[in-house]
Amino acid sequence: MSILIDKSTRVIIQGITGATGQFHAKACREYGTQIVGGVTPGKGGTDLEGIPIFDTVEQAVRETGATATCIFVPPPFAADAIMEAADAKLPLAICITEGVPTLDMVRCARFLEGKATRLIGPNCPGVITPGECKIGIMPGYIHKPGTIGVVSRSGTLTYEAVHQLTRLGIGQSTCVGIGGDPIIGTGYIDVLRLYQADPKTEGVILIGEIGGTAEEDAAAFIKAHVTKPVTAFIAGQTAPKGKRMGHAGAIIAGGRGTAADKIRAFEVAGVRVAKSPADLGTTMAAALGR
Amino acid sequence: MNIHEYQAKEILRTYGVPLLDGGVARTPEEAEAVARRLGGTVVVKAQIHAGGRGKGGGVKVVKSPEEAREFARKLLGNPLVTHQTGPEGRIVRQVLVEQGCDIARELYLGVVVDRGTGRVAVIASQEGGVEIEEVAARNPDAIYRELLDPLVGFAPYQGRRLAFRLGLPKELTTKAVAFFTALVRAFLERDASMLEINPLVVTKGGDLIALDAKMGADDNALFRQPAVRAYRDEHEEDPREREAAKFDLSYIALSGNIGCMVNGAGLAMATMDIVKYAGGEPANFLDVGGGANAEKVREAFRILLSDASVRAIFINVFGGILRCDVFAEGVVAAAREVGLGIPLVVRMEGTNVDRGKQILAESGLAIESAADMAEGARLAVAAAKRGLA
Repeated sequence: MSILIDKSTRVIIQGITGATGQFHAKACREYGTQIVGGVTPGKGGTDLEGIPIFDTVEQAVRETGATATCIFVPPPFAADAIMEAADAKLPLAICITEGVPTLDMVRCARFLEGKATRLIGPNCPGVITPGECKIGIMPGYIHKPGTIGVVSRSGTLTYEAVHQLTRLGIGQSTCVGIGGDPIIGTGYIDVLRLYQADPKTEGVILIGEIGGTAEEDAAAFIKAHVTKPVTAFIAGQTAPKGKRMGHAGAIIAGGRGTAADKIRAFEVAGVRVAKSPADLGTTMAAALGR
Repeated sequence: MNIHEYQAKEILRTYGVPLLDGGVARTPEEAEAVARRLGGTVVVKAQIHAGGRGKGGGVKVVKSPEEAREFARKLLGNPLVTHQTGPEGRIVRQVLVEQGCDIARELYLGVVVDRGTGRVAVIASQEGGVEIEEVAARNPDAIYRELLDPLVGFAPYQGRRLAFRLGLPKELTTKAVAFFTALVRAFLERDASMLEINPLVVTKGGDLIALDAKMGADDNALFRQPAVRAYRDEHEEDPREREAAKFDLSYIALSGNIGCMVNGAGLAMATMDIVKYAGGEPANFLDVGGGANAEKVREAFRILLSDASVRAIFINVFGGILRCDVFAEGVVAAAREVGLGIPLVVRMEGTNVDRGKQILAESGLAIESAADMAEGARLAVAAAKRGLA
């Protein structure tokens, strides 16, 4: 078991003929992911090393039976690509694109309401169920099949957590990068709910960062609904106020969104918080009693 | 990206948001001319990207054009210190000269993107002229919020509800709804990230006026907002931050002495944290991004070294798409080209890490290699202390 994706997941790539889309379509396929098609308007009927390309998502889904899409479409067109995926009733859309205008996402989020599509991202590394399916840009080889869920707003910091776990011999069930933007499709709470319901997941590492109140909300949810051990880390303990730290969502504004507030919220919820990013793995090991 | 008050007002004027007559001036003589055209009592306001200008002495009501000229002379070319500028202040390069007005009431009005709901929210309060965060902390019930349905926009009933909650007399309801609607349109059509009218003034004559205006633009949408983009004021930006932006590097200057170069925003923040944890102070946040190439690495290096307070450099890279060998080649080339006068600590992990480490080792450069983040931070802190001794 795992969450969101497994070896039966059939994936199409939107924006498959761009440099990034091409590279990662192949890398995901090499990892073992079933890449069943790609979409680039105007390039329908051609193929990328045997992966058939279609003009529209609707067509790709009809022809390939895809159940998920990975979006590499450039920022000005990314929200439209997500809506096209939702219109085609794909159960899962993972948007890697960084730099999508916020108001595009406001409209897109409204469009997704009541639709069957779950959106992960944008501005995220994607989702991986180690040994089964990788949809995204993370380096596959650092992962190890196992029982720990990792959910994070950050890309490379997630790799850091996974790497530390793997070095300690602790594998991962599914790792989810939810994205660093102010408006994202799936938040911590949705993913925590999935981990809690997944029999294979035994514990969760939650990686947060400054900005917004998503971590505080997650802490309250954990306290009320999660019985599995959860450990956390918050990046940006030394970040100055009012400055956007790389991610569009990582900003301490109006006195809210500080690391101290978030750490306090987790501690109140009984979540062990790693003080240093070097202790992501060992904190989880301690929580598991290993 | 933030813009000046006078620029925000130029935008708002095109949307029909009621404003006082006024003009921007870059010399004392220009300020005098604007004051003369307006006649009577005018207000001279320093234009910098920071709040607290009134308390900092950057705003003055003056009675004559000559007085306007002299106050402008005092401001222009000099730093203005407010609680948001830091002790060094910001150089005032232009002033806004506006008509005076008879204030009956001061209210607060703002438009923001509410992250929790994913909606645009209009926020209002009867306590104008005060920072909204202060009101939120002290009396959260005094803040009224209307969330917009993106498919509908701002509905008139929401405007009426806000007007009544703000205690505006019923004769002003229509004007208030028009005001709110215009403001929301400006926010949506100009891709703002925040738009604040503080205070929104009710005049003794019964008009609603945007007395101040503060606007932030969504950086991700600047590609389709050429008019807003043209408002960029490079003087308001840190020169290194500006230089970094040209190469698509995300750089924030800080006050420490350990220069950090990292790929990924989260890891870059975590690297700052671990430097601090190891007893050091980061000189900056620097995310070279996932697609860094040799040129970006070189520019990043150059920017780090241009900060005279940097005593050691800590590179922390987790290669994913960014391969360690490519990155290592970039580092070696940059260090040779730019010249490396200070200690360099490199922690590298991920794709092609062995090849990357080999490239660094064979370069002959004095690079200290770290096995993990914690060791890298320790080495960098020790190196910076040596550098100071």
